[in-house]
Amino acid sequence: MGAITLRNVSKAFGDAVIIPGADLEIAHGEFVVFVGPSGCGKSTLLRLIAGLEDLTSGQILIDGEDVSGVPPARRGLAMVFQSYALYPHMSVRNNIAFGLRMAGMPKEEIDAKVARAALTLNLTDCLERKPRQLSGGQRQRVAIGRAIVRQPKCFLFDEPLSNLDAALRVNMRIEIMQLHRQLDATMIYVTHDQVEAMTMADRIVVLNKGVIEQVGSPLELYNTPNSLFVAGFIGSPKMNFISGPFAARHNAATTGIRPEHIALTGAGGDVQGAIMLTEHLGADSFLHIDAGEAGRLTVRAPGEYGGKPGDAVALRFDAARLHRFDSQGKVIV
Amino acid sequence: MATQQTRSIGRIAVAPSVLALFLWMIVPLAMTVWFSFLRYNLLDPNPACSLMTPGALLDAANRCMAGAANYYYFLTDPAFFKAMRNSLLLVFWVLVISVAGGTLLALLLDQAIYGRNAVRLMVIAPFFVMPTVSALVWKNMMMHPVQGFLAWITKSLGLGAIDWFAHYPMTAIVIMVSWQWMPFATLIILTALQSFDEEQKEAAQMDGAPPLSFFWYMIVPHLARPVTVVILIETIFLLNIFAEIYVTGSGGRAGNLPFLVYHYGLLSNDIGGASAGGVIAVILANIAAFFLMRMIGKNLEA
Amino acid sequence: MARAVPLRRKLIFTGLAWGCGFVIFFPILWTILTSFKTEGEAVAIPPTFLFFDWTLENYGVVQERSDYLKFASNSVILALGSTLIGLLIAVPAAWAMAFAPGRRTKDLLMWMLSTKMMPPVGALIPLYLIFRDLKLLDSHIGIIMVLMLLNLPIIIWMLYTYFREIPGEILEASRMDGASIGKELIYVLAPMAVPGIASTVLLNIILAWNEAFWTLTLTTRNAAPLTQFIASYSSPEGLFWAKLSAASTMAIAPILVLGWFAQKQLVRGLTFGAVK
Repeated sequence: MGAITLRNVSKAFGDAVIIPGADLEIAHGEFVVFVGPSGCGKSTLLRLIAGLEDLTSGQILIDGEDVSGVPPARRGLAMVFQSYALYPHMSVRNNIAFGLRMAGMPKEEIDAKVARAALTLNLTDCLERKPRQLSGGQRQRVAIGRAIVRQPKCFLFDEPLSNLDAALRVNMRIEIMQLHRQLDATMIYVTHDQVEAMTMADRIVVLNKGVIEQVGSPLELYNTPNSLFVAGFIGSPKMNFISGPFAARHNAATTGIRPEHIALTGAGGDVQGAIMLTEHLGADSFLHIDAGEAGRLTVRAPGEYGGKPGDAVALRFDAARLHRFDSQGKVIV
Repeated sequence: MATQQTRSIGRIAVAPSVLALFLWMIVPLAMTVWFSFLRYNLLDPNPACSLMTPGALLDAANRCMAGAANYYYFLTDPAFFKAMRNSLLLVFWVLVISVAGGTLLALLLDQAIYGRNAVRLMVIAPFFVMPTVSALVWKNMMMHPVQGFLAWITKSLGLGAIDWFAHYPMTAIVIMVSWQWMPFATLIILTALQSFDEEQKEAAQMDGAPPLSFFWYMIVPHLARPVTVVILIETIFLLNIFAEIYVTGSGGRAGNLPFLVYHYGLLSNDIGGASAGGVIAVILANIAAFFLMRMIGKNLEA
Repeated sequence: MARAVPLRRKLIFTGLAWGCGFVIFFPILWTILTSFKTEGEAVAIPPTFLFFDWTLENYGVVQERSDYLKFASNSVILALGSTLIGLLIAVPAAWAMAFAPGRRTKDLLMWMLSTKMMPPVGALIPLYLIFRDLKLLDSHIGIIMVLMLLNLPIIIWMLYTYFREIPGEILEASRMDGASIGKELIYVLAPMAVPGIASTVLLNIILAWNEAFWTLTLTTRNAAPLTQFIASYSSPEGLFWAKLSAASTMAIAPILVLGWFAQKQLVRGLTFGAVK
């Protein structure tokens, strides 16, 4: 089992308060992603759960048991670090086996477990190599292997893919998701990349300045962000924010509309503007439009859009998809 | 970035070192300061004032207390002035020679040359020679007035032989000590030069900087830091030069402050006077140390 | 540097550099050469350079007459002893300061460094008296402790700068893997720090080997290392140059070799990490 509960967890380094107080319930088997800009406290929260940092106040419960004072090794968790943190002087085999050796497991059992993990992760051929002889993707897999042999209640991932190139990142993302399905374990995954969060998570926890802004499934966050921050953070390209008279007409301080919810029409529409720049991505085109009082807007047009810079366009907003926010940045329902 | 538990284990792990260094620093220093106010001579036939009879130090007539007398005698001893002068001259000239020579050598070794590593080995070798060896080698084999190698050269050039240690003991010591410390300066400045960013060099080439302005605007500022470090560290060590003077027997004329303290204490057995000298040496060293610590402390932040 | 350097320029600089190198190295070279000469040839004017009767006789005589091996073994005992004890108490300290720093860690490091600034003459008199009264004068253990304390700040600093280069995440990973602090030090930190520890040991041996203030003032015969052995040549035997040269060569050779290997580390150790 691997249910994790945070009760009013807070962390301060001296006078600097990193996390003022967080509450969260994570059910067994969930894949939860902590996402937020750098410095938002997501890694700190993960390290608090791991036991690598002391709580300033509050409680952390694993399967209903308070582990606040329990050292990391005895929490039954495993962690995959951003830098992988492989032991450079040990072979891949010993890297994976280290935790089991520390637990005093008999040698035959260790060998069997390492062999099985290596098979799962496609590492069998490089068991005797040192980490520095491996590629980035292989190192990543060793780090994961080191975590899975210990059969932890919960896996903690601290930005594990940020050191890989784009193509490899997509592959590893899929591998980790498959692993999650195979292992039936809880996984907590920290990233600053909202695409990773959207594609991998059962539930996403959005953090801003140490505060949990919103918790929900990827589509919940996409469709019904409860604050300006979440609305701006989730989704790519970013949601357009329009304030001023346009927002006032909708009784809001700020209104938001995603680029994919704006249609180009021949004439009329909600606002008019001129094309400043077109980005061609093949399947889509992103138009950057100067829309007068509405400011600059990004519009996603399907396929290859033919317009040139300077062309006048009219835009129609999907009214059902228009988000309204008050002056505090909270959503108006 | 650590838990309370590791931090408390950390404190236990640091304790032995801290304790050892604390005792090492504070006990002898406190005793030196204490002795410097005592009338304390090892040759005293009735040594009431000694380390092992602390009671006597506080007895009625206070006959052990010297007050500031030790300082008075030490500071007014003509030998003190000479020692101070020698100390400062030694530090000054060795710094000048080793930093100037070291910078030039480092710049030379940083050029594209054949066998750079071999030259480098030859240049830094003197730093690894133990002070007593270099003292004897220089005194006898290099600077001996009759059979010394330098005498042979000067005579061959028709200049006649120079009896270095008899006539110019200070110069001789400076040459010898510079020979030992120039490699240190060279090594550090060379290391700094080699850490110079290649891309910056290339950017300067793209900008069309002529070699001289490149040297002046790029290299000189880059070297400011290592040179300061060299100066400060050498100062600390040079203030404490002892073996070279002791072994060459030039203490009489080229003796510096450490040698004078040694002379007071272990040769004349005047513990009080020597201690007063020690305290003065500590104060001098602290002035130099103060600046060095600030340099290194700044570096620690980076 | 992708561009070729003009050959003429390269040759000029090469000649200049080799000239300087030779002049600087000459006293050492001359000592080594002289150690293979007979006493007569050693003082010959004009000096002979390579064409003399090479002899090993001096080396034998030095051992016979002044018991070179005893001093050499003392040097080894003092250098290794002080280094090992220093390492033993410095490794935990450096580990703690590098990986579990508190608010006072930097001050502590600076303070440790400041003990190095203390001029030895400030401590000479009391230490001499303490040693005399505790019967530690001319004893191995006494001088080992002094050398250890003398170099402890450098050992801690060097280890600290090396440890800081090891990512803390790796130690945290071992903690997650269930390693105790002791096991973390032995199985994870120590093997990773081998190069750093080795250079620290090397530098410390060099410094201890060449230390010539405390070894000259606190030893006489029993625990006296090579510094003292050479100093004893300053009196009459100093006139026997071939033998003096043989003794000197033997005293500096091991350190010269170690030092050449340790150049880079030396810079870091002696500048307390200020120049790398």
